[in-house]
Parts: sequence; C-alpha cells; structure tokens
Amino acid sequence: MFAQIQAFAWRRPYLTTAAELSLPAIWFVVFYLAALVLLFVSAFWSVDSMTGEIQHSWTLDNFRQLITEPTYRHVAFRTIFMAAAVTLTDAVLAWPFALYIVRYAGPRLKTALMAAVMVPLWCSYLARVYAWRLILSHDGALNWALHVLHLPHQTIAYSNGAIWLVFSYLWLPFMILPVAAALERIPVSLIEASADLGAGAGTTLRRVLLPMALPGLVAGSIFTFSLTLGDFITPMLVGGAGSDFIGNVVYASVGVANNVPFAAAFATLPLLVMAAYLLVVRRMGAFEAL
Amino acid sequence: MKPPAPWLLRIAVGAILAFLFVPILIIMMYAFAASNVQSWPIGAFSLRWFHEAWADDEVRAAFVLSLQVASLATLIAVVLGTLAAMAVNRMQSGARDAVSFALVLPIALPGILTGMALNAYFTVAQMPLDFATIVIGHATFCIVIVYNNVLARLRRLPRSLTEASADLGAGAFTTFRRITLPMTASAIGAGGLLAFALSFDEVIVTTFTAGVQTTLPLWILGAIRLGQHLPEVNVVVFAVIVLTTLPVVAAQKLTGEAGALHK
Repeated sequence: MFAQIQAFAWRRPYLTTAAELSLPAIWFVVFYLAALVLLFVSAFWSVDSMTGEIQHSWTLDNFRQLITEPTYRHVAFRTIFMAAAVTLTDAVLAWPFALYIVRYAGPRLKTALMAAVMVPLWCSYLARVYAWRLILSHDGALNWALHVLHLPHQTIAYSNGAIWLVFSYLWLPFMILPVAAALERIPVSLIEASADLGAGAGTTLRRVLLPMALPGLVAGSIFTFSLTLGDFITPMLVGGAGSDFIGNVVYASVGVANNVPFAAAFATLPLLVMAAYLLVVRRMGAFEAL
Repeated sequence: MKPPAPWLLRIAVGAILAFLFVPILIIMMYAFAASNVQSWPIGAFSLRWFHEAWADDEVRAAFVLSLQVASLATLIAVVLGTLAAMAVNRMQSGARDAVSFALVLPIALPGILTGMALNAYFTVAQMPLDFATIVIGHATFCIVIVYNNVLARLRRLPRSLTEASADLGAGAFTTFRRITLPMTASAIGAGGLLAFALSFDEVIVTTFTAGVQTTLPLWILGAIRLGQHLPEVNVVVFAVIVLTTLPVVAAQKLTGEAGALHK
C-alpha cells in the first residue's frame, strides 16, 4: 500500500510538490495573508467612542482624519523623508566599503570583512539602538571624546538627527551586502577594457561600475527604506519630543487609545509606499539582485 | 594580483569599520561597569550586575519565555521552510519567484505592518494575545530564513542523486531520509540557528502580539523607557548580543559560506 502510494506520487511529481507546499501555504495564508487582508479591511472600520467596541460598518473616517489633521501629515512626511535620507546615506557609505571588499581585498581579508558586516547585522537590534542612546547621552562616550579633543558638546541627542544617525548605522550592512554582491558579478575584463580605452579610475567608476552595480544598490535600498518606514523603537529611544514616526502613532493607537481601525489605516501607508517603491525598482532589475 | 587600494579608500573603510563596531564594543563594556549611573568613561569594573540580573525574577522569567518562543518558532520555521524549499526546488522559475517573493514579505515589509496585521487579526479572531500569538508571529517571519538556506543548498545538489535513488528502488520517503536530508542537514541547521537568533531578538512585531507577556527584548525596552534597572539592562543586553551572535557564528561554521547569512 505504502509502496503503491510512493510509486503513484513518483509518476506525478506535481503531487509531491503540492503535498510539500500545502503545510507552509496553509500557515502562510491563514496567519499572514489573511491578516494583511484584514488589516486593509479593518482600516475602513471605526471604534464606537462610547463603548470602545469596533464597528464593522464601512467608513472613510480614518483616512479623512489622516489627511485632514496636519499632525499626521507631518508624521507621515517625517517618516518617508527619513527613510529616503537613511537610504541615501547608506548608499554613499556602503559604496567604498563594498568596492574595497571586491576590488582590493585579498581572499582572507575579504572573508574577514564580510564577517565584519555580518556580525552587526545579526547582533541584537535593541542592543545597538541602546548603545547609541548611551553614546549620545549627556555623560556619554561622544561628549567625552569631544571634550578630550577640546570640541564643543554635541547637540544631536534626542533629535531627528540622532534618529537619522542611528538608522543609518543600523541598516548599513543591509546595503553593503547587495552592493558587494553586485560588484562581484562585474567581470574584471570590463574594467580593464575601460582602462584600455583611456578611462581613468573616476570615469570607470562612473560609466562602468556604478551603472552595473545599480541593481545591488536598489536591492539594498528596499531594506533600508522599508526597515526605516516600519520602525518605532529607534524614534522612541533616541528621538526627541517631536520625533513621532508612523510606527509610534500606530503603536499608541493600539496600545493606548485601543483604536485598531485607525492604527490599521495609518499602517497601510507604509504598505502603499513600499508597493509603489517595489513597482519602480522592479524595472531597475533589483529583484534579480536580492 | 589585486591593485593596492588608494589611501583615501583605506581611510574610508577603516572609518566605516569603526562606525560598525565601536558602539557594540562600548555597550558590551557597560555590562562590566560597577557604577549604577550610566556614564563614560567607565570608572570601575565589576561583575556585580551579572549577579543582580541573574537574581532578578522578572529577568529570568523573560529570558525563559524568550528561549521557549525562539525554540518553538524555530521548530515551526524549520519544518515549514524546509518543506517549502523542497517543493519550490521542483517548480518552474516563475512559480519559484512568486513563492520566494511571498515568503520574504514578512521581513521585507515594514515591521509595524506585520505586527499591526497580526494584532488586528488576533483581535477579530478573539484569540487572546499570549504565548501562542507571539510564536505565530515569530514563526511566520522566520520561515523565509530557513527556506532561503535550504533552497540555496538544494539548487546546488545534482538532480541525478535523487533519480539514482529512485532507480535503485527507493520511494519518496526513503530518498528523503537517505539522500535529501543528509545532504541538506547542515543548511537546515544553519537556517534554524539564524531563525533562532532572529526570533530571540525580535521586538517590533512582538510588541503587537505579546499582550501582557514579556519577552527579554520587551523587558529591555520597558526598562529603558522607564529608566529603571539600567545596570541590569546593560548585562541583559550583553547576554542578548552573545546569544544572537553565537548562533550566527555556528551557522557560518555549518555552511561555510557567507551567503547563507543574508536576512
């Protein structure tokens, strides 16, 4: 009997595939896709202000509130602007590092440098945010270093500047890895040909390396952009009074105000931004570089 | 022979390395500070707060909860991720890309989205936020880690091995047990270790799915926000760094390739 089932399945490989895929697919649909759909739907619900019960009738009030109240516009703008600034910063920082790994480092140094990118990537996220909170604090290491160098105290602590710095720090490995991978795929002969044709290092960088490594940059930017959009811990821990992100408002709407529909409405904004972003970057070949 | 790097590039690389590692070194040093005031430079060193943190029942309970959550989420992710990888390995590239894209969504989409979606879902389904809901959230975004590792390994295995096994009379289960599993075991193990590290440290999705439960990262977050037990926080943070880095080093040893570690 058992052997017959196996033989039956062997002649129909799609059955084996379907059997293997069924469990993960069910889990994923039940616990993730359904939740995403519900998030969308519940964004059109409301909460009864008297009873606190969720009203399952359709309304655009949540979205109207988001658009008309300037506070939420500022929060949304701040979040998206920060995501763009962090992405740009990491793209600039990742470039020399990735270039050095791929073009100049010997095999052993290369392995060591790749590991050096990997460790901060996996080392506790919360620990790294907290590290910056301590470094930037009044009695922290940065002020101490500035004092030793006879420089004035920093004023970046608990500000949007601190958030920008910490986000750029947190997500830098996510940018270095795909850029290095993209540079790795460029044949050395192309770079030699560019030099043979009279191009200097700068021209080769601009006309050969940059365009060919662009998919890697874009792949990295998906992570830096998305991770910044969806974060609220970093603004909470290193930001100041006026540093609320979309995530902070969502978190407060769920935890404090108990208004899930409003939180859901605001949480769909990062989704829409990411969807638009992914559509644009797909044209740039980013998915092949992921 | 590679050309020598321009000195400006070397300086940039050195500066970025310092940028990446100095904060981690500093935070690890704080765990050994004797003072209960957080200031730099550290005046006196002591192991005192390690004892204090270990004696703290809240910390211990959070630590145990995080271990339980990470273990169970890893187990689920290993089973589901391996199954998905085996299925996808047999698919055409179009279908393969679609599944890969779907599975990466929980970590590629903004974290509050996954957290918020699960929160709304559990609320509507009237599932109380508890141990089970934390595990469901973690397992969902850990699947892709195992999946990526196992799929990368499977794609390098020649198909002829499983065909030979079938030719010699082995059924699907025998082939899996004697051929596929031994050849992918290290990739599955590495994926599991990475999933464990990811789960053990996760905080954004967890804040939306934990209810009144406190995992170790949630305890750290709460203590930092309230400004309480900060010397203990330093010690716990030290432990979390070690506990999230060790599995990654082990995973690296298992697969012997840097590529396995991509999130």
